Amino acid sequence: IAAGKTASGHYSTDEKLTSEYTVTHYNNFYEFSLSKDGPAKLAKDFQPLPWHVTIEGEVEKPGRYSFEDILKWATLEERIYRLRCVEAWSMVVPWKGFELNQLIKQVKPTSKAKYIEFETLYDPERMPGQKRGALGFFSLSWPYKEGLRMDEAMHPLTLLTTGVFGKTLPAQNGAPLRLIIPWKYGFKSIKSIVKIRFVEKQPLNTWQQSAPSEYGFYANVNPEVDHPRWSQATERRLIDESLFGTKRIDTELFNGYGKHVAHLYKGMNLRKNF
Amino acid sequence: MMQVMIRGVLHLLALSPLAYYIYAAVSQSLGADPQEVLLHGFAIWALRFLLLSLAISPARRLLKANYLIRYRRMLGLYFFFYLCLHLLVYLWFFLGWQWASIGEEIVERPYITVGMLAFLLTIPLVVTSTKGMQRRLRQTWSKLHKLVYLIAILSIIHFIWQSKADLNEPLIYLIILLFLLSFRIRPYLAKLRA
Repeated sequence: IAAGKTASGHYSTDEKLTSEYTVTHYNNFYEFSLSKDGPAKLAKDFQPLPWHVTIEGEVEKPGRYSFEDILKWATLEERIYRLRCVEAWSMVVPWKGFELNQLIKQVKPTSKAKYIEFETLYDPERMPGQKRGALGFFSLSWPYKEGLRMDEAMHPLTLLTTGVFGKTLPAQNGAPLRLIIPWKYGFKSIKSIVKIRFVEKQPLNTWQQSAPSEYGFYANVNPEVDHPRWSQATERRLIDESLFGTKRIDTELFNGYGKHVAHLYKGMNLRKNF
Repeated sequence: MMQVMIRGVLHLLALSPLAYYIYAAVSQSLGADPQEVLLHGFAIWALRFLLLSLAISPARRLLKANYLIRYRRMLGLYFFFYLCLHLLVYLWFFLGWQWASIGEEIVERPYITVGMLAFLLTIPLVVTSTKGMQRRLRQTWSKLHKLVYLIAILSIIHFIWQSKADLNEPLIYLIILLFLLSFRIRPYLAKLRA
């Protein structure tokens, strides 16, 4: 029986999957809409391909690579991960993707590369949420940016994702290429990536820029460290569309991935580095 | 007779959001997170009824339609009705009746504190909403019911404070509230000057 267990099985959870409908119709993707059900509607006609990713900064092989080029470097596999949003809801999602470290090894970062900064597509014509709201009171700036420390980026759990539920990633879930970092709050898992920049200094991610007292760089899931406006001790696990389908459960440190990632943060004050 | 009919129609209209939410919940068409849709849906309807009840006085004056005052209490009570549903959804689905964490939430989360305060301040208004109480309390009644302005301001603060990045919707309601309050401020200032 043990022979049937693949490398990915090591990282996948066997918890009950969230329904495909819920995963693809409950999305925080402000590039399309501020509501949860908006992105599925507004991204309906979004054609991601052709897609290019610019790789720049402290690397030996910078360039503008097509989505197909990048896939040639990758070994795709399915990973069933927990997803914990900073808003205190969670899901269990079967992603398809490849370890980010496969891409990193291809482009060969220099010794100066300590962090990686990622950028989402900025194209208000295709992503209507990037236009200002009626009153213009909106605190995020575009393009959306995220960042990882190099050891976090190299970690085998960190997945560049191209599919979900055995299908190509729908636009509202960040097509064609997004990150999934399962031990961090969902906003770290940047969608529709067009730029990967290798840098020496810790980059400023969009949410930290918008509200530095509420969102940090690390954003590791931590039940002990509350968001200033709500508790992170528990989460609402979304399963399907039934009224009683959603249950409150306890949140785990590093979203339950502590045995894989806790060593990355040894000696760090997680309350300060939230 | 006419009045009874109007009242009947108003009750039907006021209950139709609840009917919709019940129907949609049962038919599973509230989307991926029905609990959140109910939480926000009941909240927004509570706020709408609150603002409608605040609109009665100025509308009555501007339109010279004294009869409108008959419906103010009803609107106020529907505000409380949807507020209770909002609170029920929060306690049931979002806190799972964990009384310990309810205390913690109220103390630690400023927007919950503000929301809960608005709820508590509404209770004396509901208790004294009958005609009998209004007669018995006389002057005190109108003073007491001025609390509604504070409740409305707290409600909007609660709305703004829980928002993540999008302030457009709460600010639209804030503008409506300020507009409705502006009718009260002028007579009040005039009285101060006199």
